[in-house]
Amino acid sequence: MNAIEQTDVLIVGSGFGGAIAAYHLAAGGAKVTVLERGPWLESHDFEHDFLLGSSYTRIFDFTVGDGMSLLGGNCVGGGSVVYFAAMPRAPRFVFDRTGSIGRRMWPAAISRDTLDPWYDVVSEALPVSTQSWQDVSYAGGLFAAACDHAGRTANPVPTAVDNSKCTNCNWMMAGCRFDAKRSLLLNYLPAARAHGAEVRPLHEVQKLTRTDGGGYRVHFNTIDDTDYRLSNGSGVIDAKIVILAAGAGATPVILQRSADDLGGMPHAVGRYFSGNGERLNNAVIDEERARDLLGLDRGDGTAYLANQIGKGPVVASWDNLDGNLPEHSRFSLEQLYFPPGFGTILAQVPDAEGPSWFGVEKAEMVRRWRSWLTIFTMIEDDNEGVFGPPPPTGNAVRISQQMLGRGPISYRPTANTLRGWDESDAVVKDILERDGLARVMPWTNDVVGAYTVHPLASCRIGDDPHTSALDDRHELRGHPGIFVTDGSAVPGALTVNPALTISALAERAVPGIVQAARDRGVDVSYGAPTPDGDVSVRAGVRPQLPFLTRR
Amino acid sequence: MPSSQPKLNQDKTGTLEAFADTIVPGAKRNEQDRAVAGVVPWPGAVAAGALELLQTAATGMSDSLEAFADALNAHAERLHAQSRPDPAGEPAERDPGVPPFVALSFAERTRLVVILTAPGHPERHLWVSLALFSNMAFDTGAHLHTADAIAAGHPGLAALGFAPPSDDGQWRFSEFSYGRPLARLHPDTTPSGSLA
Repeated sequence: MNAIEQTDVLIVGSGFGGAIAAYHLAAGGAKVTVLERGPWLESHDFEHDFLLGSSYTRIFDFTVGDGMSLLGGNCVGGGSVVYFAAMPRAPRFVFDRTGSIGRRMWPAAISRDTLDPWYDVVSEALPVSTQSWQDVSYAGGLFAAACDHAGRTANPVPTAVDNSKCTNCNWMMAGCRFDAKRSLLLNYLPAARAHGAEVRPLHEVQKLTRTDGGGYRVHFNTIDDTDYRLSNGSGVIDAKIVILAAGAGATPVILQRSADDLGGMPHAVGRYFSGNGERLNNAVIDEERARDLLGLDRGDGTAYLANQIGKGPVVASWDNLDGNLPEHSRFSLEQLYFPPGFGTILAQVPDAEGPSWFGVEKAEMVRRWRSWLTIFTMIEDDNEGVFGPPPPTGNAVRISQQMLGRGPISYRPTANTLRGWDESDAVVKDILERDGLARVMPWTNDVVGAYTVHPLASCRIGDDPHTSALDDRHELRGHPGIFVTDGSAVPGALTVNPALTISALAERAVPGIVQAARDRGVDVSYGAPTPDGDVSVRAGVRPQLPFLTRR
Repeated sequence: MPSSQPKLNQDKTGTLEAFADTIVPGAKRNEQDRAVAGVVPWPGAVAAGALELLQTAATGMSDSLEAFADALNAHAERLHAQSRPDPAGEPAERDPGVPPFVALSFAERTRLVVILTAPGHPERHLWVSLALFSNMAFDTGAHLHTADAIAAGHPGLAALGFAPPSDDGQWRFSEFSYGRPLARLHPDTTPSGSLA
């Protein structure tokens, strides 16, 4: 019998949670193995092409559940490869949220003040930059002007985009072939590999079992590189430490499937899922009103007609992010672009006499696509999502060769969530229908349920063992040596795009993981600079290290 | 893109075309066209290649298309049986020369698709998937390389006004910004660009 492969630290998933941990542990001297279920594409592989089988479908998953659909990355680099790179910090009040459990959801140790130094580290590493009005696309400018017309403020959103390389092609969901989007393929992952971390694509982890030495055996299937429904092999690797970062739609499923072997899971594994309160409204702009009301002109007499042009979300309106407002009444509004397909099917016709999302009236609306403006809303939802029994493999029963599958999540929005959506819809309508600027309707939730591009909280940190699966250092309760560092660890909706917060939490979790590895005999240290070599920004986190490495 | 190209007979092809035409309606292809209802003057999902896309193996739908057509026609039969003018009388006559779903009027097809895709319908996920790909054929031409589709005048991408790529097949927009402040910033904005 062949010896079973051994590693110090096995990481499941190579998105923000996985790549950040992989870099620090490898740089500190640990043997690190990363298993990623999706393929490995480089910049030149990213295609401007809607053809099924191009990079657009190879790296992107659309998992339809019961009442909630999840969109996310499925490739080396995870969400960072497909995301829109909007990187705001979470507002201060978010950390004091109580949600439906009636007490603080976040661990006492985490506040905006204690997370800011970690935000600084990630912002230096990617890097994240502020945007000027010269960087703002027509769509963002239109939304800003509409907000101003309605007496509101609007901000260019900080992003992880190198504007000197950006072509405003709006193909971000297919991966950036110009290296303008600062995905993990350009910083943490190459740095991790330079320190010896091994990344294996098309390896889908199914479950964990225990080893005699107090470590874990990780069971995986290898996946066909074209038809992801097919597995072409399987294997195991033993590790002293396991870090789960498969994404909030997959991490809890792996743990549920492991429960028979590992023993009971914390109650919160696969519960308290949040869709980050996400919602989309679609406006069809009256071009003449945009010119006359807002004074917009592209230089040739055209007011807008620019839905296709840009780089995802560039402008947000944050007037409703007011900590004095009650929970579920606080939200941000962000201009956004979704490509046709995803970005058209759920859009509804205002005042439709027939069906609102297909048919004659919809076809007429689609013919005005260049005048569409999409507004993305992030409210505070109620952590309503629950995962049912795991599918036979992975986190979904795949329908298509790539991209489309059916997953086990169910989501029934509570009155709180519905109220938040209603209130934010009314504000969007007020901004964009004012003085006849546009007609607006939210996307329908009747076709694929609610939807999120930012799944969160399905295996969350907290101080209360009954409502959190992880302690405040991201270790799985009752299962020492298993850590979770992806979006599933975030306690709840953030009212803003969560990638920077997920990353900051992953950075913050690393000192504790390094200590746990040392306790298990791994020769590893903590304290690597950012991937580009900067050490100055680390001074800010140093005061927290004794607490994070306590035994 | 490899295609399994299962052989669909004329009736089943027509049934699926009629479904796609209900999602994104289009003009009749010729005077004899029954599948496409012809309720609008411009090309719709069928002209955009809905059947070509559905028969692409990548969709995961291609092996099930006959079953989809049969199920759709069974639903249409039931709708037809329920629509007798006199509840005690005989069902209204329908054209026996075409499949039951094709025999429905555009309004009846629409009513049936609304029922099949509504929350709570036990088969809704199947019909939503079929609707999704019908829509995708029109809005993205996902059975074709996008640059080729635009060069060939793909009717869906043309209807959207989707801009053509540069000569190298990549999209670039050198003009993209109004280039001036268009709103006041939130007063609590910090140097990081986020709120305090």
